[in-house]
Amino acid sequence: MMYRELRNHIIGLLNADTRLDGRKLTEYRKPVEIEYGIIKTAEGSARVKMGETEVMVGVKLEVGEPYPDTPEEGTIIVGAELLPMSNPDFELGPPGIQAIELARVVDRGIRESKALDFKKLCIEKGKNIWMVVIDICPINDAGNLFDASSLAALAALKDTKYPEFNGEKVDYKKKTDKKLELEKTPIAVTVIKIGGKFIVDPDTEEEKAVDARLTVSSIEDGTLCAMQKGGDEPLTMEDIDKMLDIGIEKAKELRKYL
Amino acid sequence: MTYKHRIDGRGFDETRPIEAKVGVIKRADGSAMFKIGNTWAYAAVYGPRNLHPKFLQDPQRGILRCNYNMMPFSSSGERVRPGGSRRSKEISLVTQKALLPVLNLEEYPNSVVDVFIELPQTEAGSRCAGICAASMALADAGLEMKDLVCAVSVGKVADKLLVDLDYSEESYPDVSVADIPIAMMPNSGKITLLQMDGEVKKEELMKVLAMGKKALLDIYEIQKKALKEKYHGVEE
Repeated sequence: MMYRELRNHIIGLLNADTRLDGRKLTEYRKPVEIEYGIIKTAEGSARVKMGETEVMVGVKLEVGEPYPDTPEEGTIIVGAELLPMSNPDFELGPPGIQAIELARVVDRGIRESKALDFKKLCIEKGKNIWMVVIDICPINDAGNLFDASSLAALAALKDTKYPEFNGEKVDYKKKTDKKLELEKTPIAVTVIKIGGKFIVDPDTEEEKAVDARLTVSSIEDGTLCAMQKGGDEPLTMEDIDKMLDIGIEKAKELRKYL
Repeated sequence: MTYKHRIDGRGFDETRPIEAKVGVIKRADGSAMFKIGNTWAYAAVYGPRNLHPKFLQDPQRGILRCNYNMMPFSSSGERVRPGGSRRSKEISLVTQKALLPVLNLEEYPNSVVDVFIELPQTEAGSRCAGICAASMALADAGLEMKDLVCAVSVGKVADKLLVDLDYSEESYPDVSVADIPIAMMPNSGKITLLQMDGEVKKEELMKVLAMGKKALLDIYEIQKKALKEKYHGVEE
């Protein structure tokens, strides 16, 4: 089968300390590019390019009612659509499990790091709060949507300005100068295990050969704020130890692009 | 009431600024981007490829499937809920009809050519921008085509006939407005999309269609230039 041949080839390269495109094992594709404010109709937006992978994220701010158990807190909602435009394997239809996992991993990185102070999103206790709606749209999926989407989501939040709210309605035509405040910068790094080796930023071929993956989100001082293990194979304690080190180290590198 | 000057200062027969680029989505077999004013469309073509479920297959020819989708943050008002609306389904249908006449799908029995149109940002004229992008993406995919397809909206605001209505014109308060999206095969001059909202006299319609035709020929030049640029390695 083609697939097994490819996988063996990838493992052969990894054992020789290189990859299909000549990168080192823990090297991201270049360039990593972040553009801010690309979409005028959104309250905040960003486009991230990681090699050939390209993701757009837009933020819309809506006013809603707080949850009864957190009357003084706003909230975030993260959606991801795996647009069939971006990958021949993606199909039309409601978000499948892949899209849901992507959205939830991005959500947890932001939520659990307390990158946004939900109390600051409260307009009137028990009545009105800001809901920060973050939508992830891949334009070209050439691998590693997790890290590209997380970075784009954070960049879009950084770009977000509140629209005007008069107590009744949001006037989306009027953007204020008030920016959404980011308290932390959680960065997700997905570490991939293939044939006993660890790599970051997989391309399309490498993603097909994954044994296990661990997405590690960490903030400036290296504190972990969210994790997600994926892939069919289990991980040993030693694996996790190494993958966390790579994740925390690489997050520092990605953070510089913001 | 008379509409003396266009709100953004354009001439009545002038489109908003246009930007077009081909080959913007590497994973697709063909792709293009088309921006007109603040309306921004991407199109990706996949295929001809296997068609599932099997009962949709046509043993005589390949089929063309089009999907128009606004990204959730693409509207200047509230967030657009993901998943198709009745509006987006209808636009997908008329887009497919607008593009079909230029294709020769008889060579690809039992297959499908998928066209995915995505709009990151919209401000009137999005179906036309989508069609312009899609026709360039089909050409980029190397499909045999009889012609390109160019699209723009024409219409009437108060007493004036005009080309490429923007949002402020489409929703001009308290005057009669007609919005008429059209698509044309530029070489034959045949019309492949024609819709209308509003009120207009037959004579006015024929006149504004002629105005539209002129704008469409300009768009055709922009599309051709973008296609050639990809193959000359010219970067913006």
